[in-house]
Amino acid sequence: MSQGTVAGEGFPAAALTVDRRRARRRAAWRRRGLVLLFMSPWLVGFGVFFGYPLVMSAYLSFNHYDLLAPPRWVGWANYHYLFHEDPQVWTAVKNTIWLILVLVPLQVLFAFGLAVMLTRARMGVGVFRTVFYLPALAPPVAATLGFVYILNPVTGPVNVILGHLGIQGPLWFQDPHWSKPSLVGLGLWGVGTVMVIFLAAVLDVPKQLYESAELDGAGGWARMRWVTLPTISPVLLFAVILGVIQGLQYFTQAYVAAGVAAGQASQAADVTSVSLGYPLDSTLFYPVLLYEHGFTDFQMGYASAMAMLLLGVSFCVTLVIIVNSRKWVHYGGAAK
Amino acid sequence: MTSAAATATAPELVRRKPPRQVRRRRFLVAVANHSILIAAGIMFLLPFIFITLTALMSNDQALSARLWPHPFEWRNFVDVFTKAPFFTWIGNTLEYSILATIGVVVSSVPVAYAFAKLRWRGRDAVFIVVLVALMLPPQVTVVPLYVMWAKFHPFGFNFIGTLWPVIIPNWFGDAFSIFLLRQFFLTIPDEYLDAARVDGCGEVRILTTVVTRLAKPAIAAVALFSFLYTFNDFFLPLLYTGENSGHWVLSIGLSEFRSLHQVQWNLTMAATLLVMAPVIVVFFLAQKAFVEGVTLTGVKG
Repeated sequence: MSQGTVAGEGFPAAALTVDRRRARRRAAWRRRGLVLLFMSPWLVGFGVFFGYPLVMSAYLSFNHYDLLAPPRWVGWANYHYLFHEDPQVWTAVKNTIWLILVLVPLQVLFAFGLAVMLTRARMGVGVFRTVFYLPALAPPVAATLGFVYILNPVTGPVNVILGHLGIQGPLWFQDPHWSKPSLVGLGLWGVGTVMVIFLAAVLDVPKQLYESAELDGAGGWARMRWVTLPTISPVLLFAVILGVIQGLQYFTQAYVAAGVAAGQASQAADVTSVSLGYPLDSTLFYPVLLYEHGFTDFQMGYASAMAMLLLGVSFCVTLVIIVNSRKWVHYGGAAK
Repeated sequence: MTSAAATATAPELVRRKPPRQVRRRRFLVAVANHSILIAAGIMFLLPFIFITLTALMSNDQALSARLWPHPFEWRNFVDVFTKAPFFTWIGNTLEYSILATIGVVVSSVPVAYAFAKLRWRGRDAVFIVVLVALMLPPQVTVVPLYVMWAKFHPFGFNFIGTLWPVIIPNWFGDAFSIFLLRQFFLTIPDEYLDAARVDGCGEVRILTTVVTRLAKPAIAAVALFSFLYTFNDFFLPLLYTGENSGHWVLSIGLSEFRSLHQVQWNLTMAATLLVMAPVIVVFFLAQKAFVEGVTLTGVKG
């Protein structure tokens, strides 16, 4: 840093080298102390709220632990049960994969389409952008409640309108075949954040690229395919991986929708473990199952084993991000 | 859209006015584009409209196939407060939001500064660790964290059932905020900081005066996102306070609202609207900071 050199120029003679060296060493230590001081909140937080739990999670996954009796070592039993015996794990994994494979591509396509149309609009760009972004702001619990009401099979506005058009609407959140598509609808409604990111990326594409493509005789479609898409591809990749990560922790919407829909059906309206995954485990996603094992059954050891599997999968996805990050970091720096 | 035709007819440097046929096609494409945008906009607004209309219905109307409230029941918004401990939930949410947001800003700014403007060995490797921590789902660490708080009783105080296990981690640097602030600090020219150093300013003073003043928009964005995140947070408050309704935040209260009040959809939608309102108001007050923050973290990543 510049501090050291500025201070060093003040010494008059070579005889003072020992003192100077000592002073320099002291300055180096002070700098190290400064870095440590500035980093200390994160260092403590990372150790206590991330590093320690990670190690503990690995340890607990080899134990039977119910919070009351001390942990009892069971070896690989939790993992054996996880991979071979748990009747619900495969359902939860399948549901999670389904959600990621359907929701993420649709979100990216939808957000990209909206962003491109917005860049071409001549009037009301600000209004449209706000309208598309607003649902993304709605608190997930509130948005989910609204959707469950709107998609109520009998009295919900959507099926009422479909009824006027002579169409028998589906049972949405009450039907195991329609519950996940209903959640996809909810996810597409909240696509605004991705859209804003894409919009910024599309607007950042250098104008000269379009102009030279135009000179080469490229039409609208060709410019999209050979200029826009390649230029913003790092952002697309970023959105896909972010979507996968969010898909891996999908909880709130599934939990609330299942609880409210189950309550609606039984009229008793109580969110309990019975309602998790309603209807017929069709909304039982991996994090929901983890919650059920860990925090309604208090099988902390088994839930830790589930967490370790989730850790492995998310770590691989994260690795892909980090490896590819150089691309989109570079692009971001070049644009501004 | 129509450029192929335009360039084919205009090889010379001076651009001619495009022929009428081309202009008509351009106009039609623009009309089609705007129609699709308007249709999409209506689709995005409809859920809000339906929620609002239902919030103004009587209970019987909400359970019928009627779409337009008749008569309008403005009382619903008052009833929400009398029928449910809404004020308690608001108070708990504010407690969580304010304490967490202050903690996030105060603890993340120096860390981000150390990552962006101080040079030290291993800095980039440690930053990758921050990014990894940011990407991993919270479910990975919740079980041991819950056990930790359950077994931790200083002076006989029981953390489970309170919001403290959700608030306190925010005082020790939040990965997302560190990331956002670092990205912004990197754009501050070193010359400013060097000038302050030449004037005899220590790093701590540079941070508290020069940097915080220059980084106001980024700090505002961090505070906004933190407010939004805590206001919307559901999973962690549910874990720790699910059994203790006195400490519920709005999101939990709302999710349990219908079970407290037996299928009253009109009141539930009124409550839903009330929970959405603050976020939307904050958005309109701070729209610029929002969009800046999203693009700063999304693209400038």
